[in-house]
Amino acid sequence: MVAEINFMVGGEAGQGVQSVGFLLAKALSRWGYHVFADQDYESRVRGGHNFFRIRASASAVEAIDEKVDILIALNKESIDLHRREIRTGGIILYDGEKITGMEGSDLISIPMERLAKESAGDVLMTNTVALASALGIISYDFILLSGLLTGFFKEETAGQNVKAAEAGYQYIQKMHSNAYQGKLNRAGDAKRMLLSGNDALAIGAIAAGCKFMAAYPMTPVTSIMEYFAAKSDEFGLVVVPAEDEIAAINMTIGAAYTGVRAMTATSGGGFCLMVEGVGLAGMTETPIVIIEGQRPGPAIGLPTRTEQGDLEFILHASHGELPRVVLAPATVDDCFWLTVKAFNLAEKYQLPVFIITDHYLANSYFTTDNFDLKKVIIDRGLLYNKNQNAGEYKRHAYTPSGISPRAFPGNKDALVVTDSDEHDEAGHLIEDSETRTKMMDKRFRKMDGVKEEIIPPRFYGKDKAETLVIGWGSTYGVIKEATDTLNKNGGSYSHLHLNQIWPFPVDAVSAAKKNARHCYVIENNATGQLSGVIKRETGLSTDKILKYDGRPFTPDDILQKLRK
Amino acid sequence: MAIKIEDYNGLAPAWCPGCGNFGILSALKKALVELNLDPHNILLVSGIGQAGKLPHYTKGNVFNSLHGRPLSPATGAKLANRELTVLAFGGDGDGYGEGGNHFIHSARRNHDITYLVHNNQIYGLTKGQTSPTSDIGFITKTTPQGAPPPINPIALAIAAGAGFVARAFAGDIDYLSSIIKQGINHRGFALIDILQPCVSFNHKNTYQWYKERVYKLEQDGKYNPSDKDTAFKKAQEWGEHIPIGVFYREDRPVYESVFPALGKSTLVSQPIEPLKTERLLAELF
Repeated sequence: MVAEINFMVGGEAGQGVQSVGFLLAKALSRWGYHVFADQDYESRVRGGHNFFRIRASASAVEAIDEKVDILIALNKESIDLHRREIRTGGIILYDGEKITGMEGSDLISIPMERLAKESAGDVLMTNTVALASALGIISYDFILLSGLLTGFFKEETAGQNVKAAEAGYQYIQKMHSNAYQGKLNRAGDAKRMLLSGNDALAIGAIAAGCKFMAAYPMTPVTSIMEYFAAKSDEFGLVVVPAEDEIAAINMTIGAAYTGVRAMTATSGGGFCLMVEGVGLAGMTETPIVIIEGQRPGPAIGLPTRTEQGDLEFILHASHGELPRVVLAPATVDDCFWLTVKAFNLAEKYQLPVFIITDHYLANSYFTTDNFDLKKVIIDRGLLYNKNQNAGEYKRHAYTPSGISPRAFPGNKDALVVTDSDEHDEAGHLIEDSETRTKMMDKRFRKMDGVKEEIIPPRFYGKDKAETLVIGWGSTYGVIKEATDTLNKNGGSYSHLHLNQIWPFPVDAVSAAKKNARHCYVIENNATGQLSGVIKRETGLSTDKILKYDGRPFTPDDILQKLRK
Repeated sequence: MAIKIEDYNGLAPAWCPGCGNFGILSALKKALVELNLDPHNILLVSGIGQAGKLPHYTKGNVFNSLHGRPLSPATGAKLANRELTVLAFGGDGDGYGEGGNHFIHSARRNHDITYLVHNNQIYGLTKGQTSPTSDIGFITKTTPQGAPPPINPIALAIAAGAGFVARAFAGDIDYLSSIIKQGINHRGFALIDILQPCVSFNHKNTYQWYKERVYKLEQDGKYNPSDKDTAFKKAQEWGEHIPIGVFYREDRPVYESVFPALGKSTLVSQPIEPLKTERLLAELF
């Protein structure tokens, strides 16, 4: 019996790699395993080479293992490209009637297409045969599989899929029952959710009461918009497919000004177009949430790959100066809870709040425990009440905290006036130097309050370790796995991980750095952007471990660099 | 309680004496009073330029947005609270240049917004450069060789699907006011392109120039604004004779009506219920 197994599903776009991979991950999760899965795909609708990796373990996993135990090859290219990644004793499941001329004891042929035709009368069920054979070889519980398929497919095709699964499962048990030695059992009775970073962001936003989203589809955030649209009738949401990102952010601002929790989502290229809206939200003190799912740039870059190249861009986006908050979730739990927090911070401090993710986190699946929705606190900040506020309503009234009570259009006691021009307390445009200075000070005063709400970064590993490793956002799982491995082998490493980047946690970073002899900042970009921010904010210099080939770090990448 | 013209008094305008904007402001206030609309239920969203300042010179909820963008925040606001009467304002550079894409798509989606374009065929705030509606050959600081052909906002709006397409003249306040009232009463996107003399920088298209040319579409008693072909044809007329009035009318479903969420109550009045999200989490197991 083994406690861990790694699957890979490979094929071309349109072959169903994603659905086989997802169902496999879900099946293993329902068998009590912790699951981590990531995806690699090309920017095309058909053809090319895509793969989906699934790591299932009896203990928690948050990164991929580069070695594969079972490869489900839906085409020949998948065998050619990934055969060398197979661990000793690992196997390749493929359709030997379709992919011919292959040799080797690692190859297990299953007539997937023929079985699909014979059992379900439809070659479309070939993937289900592949899925069932992979689960059959580890003696997965067929009743669980059958239930999974019934829940996943539409009623009309569920029966056919179960039949195809039966054929694949029985075939492999009968013909190749000993082909793979690492038999698995159910890992436990724990029930966990399986979700991607984007799932968690979208559900977090709905839980937080976001009711309006305007966006333009862009990889890797499109699925957030689609999720919102799919749930719009059930949850009373409005999703506007805007003509461009400029419209998207300005619509979002209009909805937020009118009193609805509102957000937009885009990637770096779309965010380039949105930048003017960041300034508008800052100037008019309109609370908006912007999800920025990074992908490699500049320009179109690598549309379906990953990078952390937009940090400095987001920290500085807009001409002029404005207060802002930048959050960078590290896990799916972060994606959910930081989104809830983003809406609260946005409304409490009346400013734009960014949630930075990337292609890797957006599309990776994690298992995690149920989110306790009773812990979702909704704080809409200071709201205008004519009994508590004497005189005529002033949208931008000066206050010690910098926060002016909000009223919304339609209020019988208040007219809500605001301007993208510099304005006075009443929201009317001004040009005098005194008001300008007071308004700038008022807006930036809000950051004093925000600073109190920023939770210090996660600190992990050995206290007073010789080497400190710093990361931010999506790299948490891989860095953690690498430092764990090093510490298990007698190393002295600690790991500080930032998921709330602005306002910058100066004290926590300085303190952690002080205790270490060496310090590396690990980033998925070419220039070491966080390293630069650390230098600017704390005066401290760090070494950099960088990767900018469009692929996520693996624990091995980090181990090799740190061991040097 | 009846709304009075004083209820719509705002700050003192900073426009040039004789500016066409004064006529537009008077006509707007007159229309809002005659419709007996409470300023608290009005949202005035403007862009940048001399037109963008208009909301400050009257009363209402005001969102003075960015250059070219008034329609986008207006769209978000209308979806958030469909009970508001939403008007958007901008100049020809704002609406037909910077905001051209938003103009087309707002007309297409048919948001219930009344859009007033103060069209003076010149850039005023930047002091005298060509605009998307400058007459062909018009000499400006940025077109010493003469301006390229202008955009045709009326034809463009009809083509894009706007259900209320009108032109009026800032020099005829009563007529402009009646057009604004019709635009507000129209359920759907309403474009009102307003010929607005710029006394400082456009010495061609003056009050006198317009007065000699404009005529009302309905003057012959035969014009039918529900006939799209005729509307397109009339939209081509410019020069010796310039038609004003409602070119085209069509009732189409408004964008706000596609969301069941907005059928029961306004979006802004709906409660936030985090516990309801349990259903979504349950799907993930």
